[in-house]
Amino acid sequence: MASRALYSPRHPVLKKRDDFEDVLEERRRSSDLRYALRCYTPTLYKGLVPCKVSMLKSIVLQSDHLQCVIKQVSSESGDSTECVAEEASLILDEMAHRMQLSTVRFFVFTLSKAFKRLFRSVCVNEEGIQRLQQAVQEHPVVLLPSHRSYMDFLMMSYLLYMFDLPLPVIAAGMDFMSMKFIGEMLRMSGAFFIRRSFGGDKLYWAVFSEYVKTMLRKGYAPIEFFLEGTRSRTCKSLTPKTGLLNIVMEPFFKGELFDVSLVPVSISYERVLEESLYARELLGVPKPKESTSGLLKARRVLSEDYGSMHVYFGHPVSVRSLAEGKIKRSQYNLLPRYIPQKPSVDTHEFLNDAAFRLVRIQEENMVLKPWVLIATLLLQNPDGMDLSSLTEQTDWLRHLALAFGAFLDWPDHEACSEVISCSLALHRRLLSVSAGHVQLSVTDAPQVETTPEEAVFQRAVVVLSCASYRNQILHVFLRPALLAVAMQSANSSRKDDIYNCFNFLRNMFSNEFILCPGDSVQDFEEACYLLMKRGVLQVLEHEIVMSASGQSTLAFLCSVLEPFLQGYQVVCRYLCEETNENLTEKEFIPAVRSFALKLILAGRLKCCEALSSDLQKNALAALLRLKAVRKVKVGDQVTLKVNKIAVNSLEDTMGKSDVISK
Amino acid sequence: MSICYHTDPMKVVYHLIYFAIGCYETAYKLGLSLSFRQEIMKWNGWGYSDSRFLFNKKGQAEFTGKRYRLSGLILPSLKDWFEGTFGANLQHKSPPTVNLSAVAPPNLNEPFIEDLKAAGVAASHDPEDRVFRAHGHCLHEIFALREGRIGRVPDMVVWPSCHSDVEKIVELACKHNVCLIPYGGGTSVSSALECPHEETRSIVSLDTSQMNRILWIDEKNLTAHVEAGIIGQDLERQLNEHGYCTGHEPDSMEFSSLGGWVATRASGMKKNIYGNIEDLVVHIKMVTPRGVIEKSCLGPRMSTGPDIHHFILGSEGTLGVVTEVTMKIRPIPEYQKYGSVVFPNFQQGVACLREVARQRCAPASIRLMDNEQFQFGHALKPQVSSIFTSFLDGLKKFYITKFKGFDPHHLCVATLLFEGDRGKVLQHEKQVYDIAAKFGGLAAGEDNGQRGYMLTFVIAYLRDLGMDYYVIGESFETSVPWDRVLDLCRNVKERIVRECKERGVQFPPLSTCRVTQTYDAGACVYFYFAFNYRGLSDPVHVYEQVEHAAREEILANGGSLSHHHGVGKLRKEWMKESVSGVGLGMLKSVKEYVDPQNIFGNRNLL
Repeated sequence: MASRALYSPRHPVLKKRDDFEDVLEERRRSSDLRYALRCYTPTLYKGLVPCKVSMLKSIVLQSDHLQCVIKQVSSESGDSTECVAEEASLILDEMAHRMQLSTVRFFVFTLSKAFKRLFRSVCVNEEGIQRLQQAVQEHPVVLLPSHRSYMDFLMMSYLLYMFDLPLPVIAAGMDFMSMKFIGEMLRMSGAFFIRRSFGGDKLYWAVFSEYVKTMLRKGYAPIEFFLEGTRSRTCKSLTPKTGLLNIVMEPFFKGELFDVSLVPVSISYERVLEESLYARELLGVPKPKESTSGLLKARRVLSEDYGSMHVYFGHPVSVRSLAEGKIKRSQYNLLPRYIPQKPSVDTHEFLNDAAFRLVRIQEENMVLKPWVLIATLLLQNPDGMDLSSLTEQTDWLRHLALAFGAFLDWPDHEACSEVISCSLALHRRLLSVSAGHVQLSVTDAPQVETTPEEAVFQRAVVVLSCASYRNQILHVFLRPALLAVAMQSANSSRKDDIYNCFNFLRNMFSNEFILCPGDSVQDFEEACYLLMKRGVLQVLEHEIVMSASGQSTLAFLCSVLEPFLQGYQVVCRYLCEETNENLTEKEFIPAVRSFALKLILAGRLKCCEALSSDLQKNALAALLRLKAVRKVKVGDQVTLKVNKIAVNSLEDTMGKSDVISK
Repeated sequence: MSICYHTDPMKVVYHLIYFAIGCYETAYKLGLSLSFRQEIMKWNGWGYSDSRFLFNKKGQAEFTGKRYRLSGLILPSLKDWFEGTFGANLQHKSPPTVNLSAVAPPNLNEPFIEDLKAAGVAASHDPEDRVFRAHGHCLHEIFALREGRIGRVPDMVVWPSCHSDVEKIVELACKHNVCLIPYGGGTSVSSALECPHEETRSIVSLDTSQMNRILWIDEKNLTAHVEAGIIGQDLERQLNEHGYCTGHEPDSMEFSSLGGWVATRASGMKKNIYGNIEDLVVHIKMVTPRGVIEKSCLGPRMSTGPDIHHFILGSEGTLGVVTEVTMKIRPIPEYQKYGSVVFPNFQQGVACLREVARQRCAPASIRLMDNEQFQFGHALKPQVSSIFTSFLDGLKKFYITKFKGFDPHHLCVATLLFEGDRGKVLQHEKQVYDIAAKFGGLAAGEDNGQRGYMLTFVIAYLRDLGMDYYVIGESFETSVPWDRVLDLCRNVKERIVRECKERGVQFPPLSTCRVTQTYDAGACVYFYFAFNYRGLSDPVHVYEQVEHAAREEILANGGSLSHHHGVGKLRKEWMKESVSGVGLGMLKSVKEYVDPQNIFGNRNLL
């Protein structure tokens, strides 16, 4: 705890953010066709080595790195090197993009049409674009957008085209390729495709990493990928993956590039296109396989109003300054650089830390709409609220969020009630408003006969959809909320006791939320600082005391985490009560789900969020990490061995007040 | 037959020969003045007092004196290059100040002086003598001198005239516990000559300049036995008179000494034919506090445990004084030819050098300058005498840039020097030009090549000119595997530019490099870096921070701590990282055994 003194809390309120400009405005005034065909002359990287798509392929295949791995693989497998080289070439064919300006122009035309119908506005921070323009010239650039919707990367390329920036090449999941036509179209607009899992495949990894690195080293185009690996179904940021990050940083580590600029991009939607789709998926209704016909059916989507969309280009982060003092580049001196090397422990730690920090930047620059506040309140009041008290509380919450540094897009000169009614109108599919009473409810006409189970699921769809909006603001409240819960469960005002509780909760939830590993003390200090500044707490040398006026804020913060605490307890309860010896990993989610469903039907559990597979997965990951559950491989199946005593004690520590009524 | 100058009468004869020739070394040899060198050389700048760059009244640059090919010539484009590159202005001068009165009175060890007198060794504690030997040529050293800031200087200077004098001095130093700092040519660029601040004993500078005789030449084995104080150009000229040369030509050879080469592991321009200093020495004699270390025979190679020469080579004056060296010599080559090749860009140039090294057909010297240095070289072109030459120059330029499509902002040039039999040289030349052609290289004439090499000798003078106008600069070097040459050059140059910017340097710095030596497994790279320091309150500090950062960058990119400049005190902090803790421990234990009292207390290296 000695290091606490070293940390000076940030001043989130002072954070300067750029202004936005609506890029659709111009589109609504002039011809899309002419726009799509306009002269496109992007700013280029100063060290660019011009190179055609076809040349790129041969450079990759001829590279020392790939040749080295081909020889290795061939000597291990006994296949001839020609044979392995052929395989590598096929992998590359399957993977590589074939960017064509004509296809891009086609997309620009159709997307202009589509975006104008879908969104009221698409707002971009132009200063961010200018910074990007600068960065692109100086060093190879890696774009790291958040991932909430399929729209994300279409929008990214669209915007870069619009601002005369070089079009990115985008790492996309292989699943797109099942949509034959669209897949090829995406390929021609710069997407390259990676298999979802290729764990042990040395050759695949070599082709893939060399392909990305070659493009980076040549300054061919900005590389774009999603740190979170996949779309977040919950609108919470996902624990970042480090594989690709390592690939794009390695050319710097090995001295092949002077620097690489990482540009976090935060894309936020007032209304997510896939909102109910995601909720269904979380509840175990399998997602429809991506298919072109499916996409056509999704045309219905086009007729709805999705409000506005915000894209915030963050400050470029230099890999060089990030690695300063953390990575000893001379560790690469003694091995020829083309020989692949697993990242050292230090490097791995650095990558992980960097990834978390980048995701935190994404979170911080994510624009939040008033609806996010409303959704938070409605979820805490399942029986609904009167419009007047909703208005009042939203206004209160707005100020709290601003004090905690939320990037809130609140219309400046409108009355609070006006803002709220606008938001309610946009999200009417999730609500019922009658006689001044607002309540979350199922608005899709229910089928005539619904079983109780179906009713629960329909309600859960609404709750999870709504939760995906609340989740957007969680990062703002997270640290103070952890502190609030810690104070409640510590049952003591001693700072050390509270810190221990805080640390426990933080540890428990580190698969659920973005909590940088090792930042525990810092997070605690930040939470204390924010609540103290708000007049909720008094932080003394050894004690933390709630002030008289702080009760409501603490209560609110506790209820923010309530669904997660309950959800985790349900998982623990399930593991303690219901499991037999042979629970396989595969069975886990459906089994917990039906357990939770049973509790809800029996009236013992109120919280529908416990049904979310995302939460269940995260809980299991936490239990595995805390070694309360072990994975054991039996045959081809992975079974879960539960240490019931450990699980029980974790459950107890999480919440002394037993929420699940017996 | 071997010629022996060992006895004193012979020495007189030898000197008489020089009388006849009548050059300054004569007086020098006769010992008329122990500090003759310091009379003809600058004390706060590089080289000879009579040779310097200046901007004349018309604002044109010229190089004074008569010693160099460039001497007495007007350099019309230097001013524009200088002002354009550094944003310097001839109106803004920063001339040196002279302030010898700042020298602190000497801390003399009287019993030592008395014993020394009794032994008959020449000595002085004149301030000028002491200041002259208190520094090398690092930027901070010269900058301080120009500003009249004089730090700790040796308390006295002694001039041994032979090996046995050195033995006496070292013995007395041990007896009276004084600190000895050997001084050869004074061209160190590693802070090696700086007196350690923490040293409380009397510091004695041991100037080897009077030990400058060739003791014998053995034509049967092609070796020469030479006193270690001899200066490079004297050694070469005297051997030439007998039809021989050592072929060891470091850029500092006008001023640096044989003993200094041994003590720093020097490298010569023509090492491709003659080898570096460690390949050239057959036998070394060094006086240490423990006694004399030497091998018992002149066998060309031995398997007698670790080579004791390698404790001496690169010991940087921490173990003792090198007094005599037996060196390989070669007959003077029959034919010498310069050459140059223009490449469309640096990458192609490096690829060509790599191929030349692969085929092991490197000429005596091959160096590749980057574009900035190529332009710099151009700025040093003297005024052309005839319209015809300037027309030819124009034509050449047109051919290369317009006809061949080389971008003047990317092209770079390699300079070449071939040596040997005429026939073989021509054949060799063809082989190298053929390789160059494969990498897009175009032969660019002998003249360009020769100018490139001349540049090496005058570039150090240019730093003094810069310092007259608020521009400071320095060079540093490294060695690096072939596959990292390009990356290292780019990253280090960019790091320099970035660091300067971050530290408030107003104008982009000159940050340039060249590949100066090729080896089987890598190359030696040399960086030049200079900037305009107007507006900076502590330019030397900024300079040092940037150089430090550049060295970090070199090490991070797989470069070595030094190829031939040595470690001194300037790069000491990276020694452990460079040679491992155990390696450093080995060196320390040698020091511990050889010099437990730390008589040779310059605190270099370890």
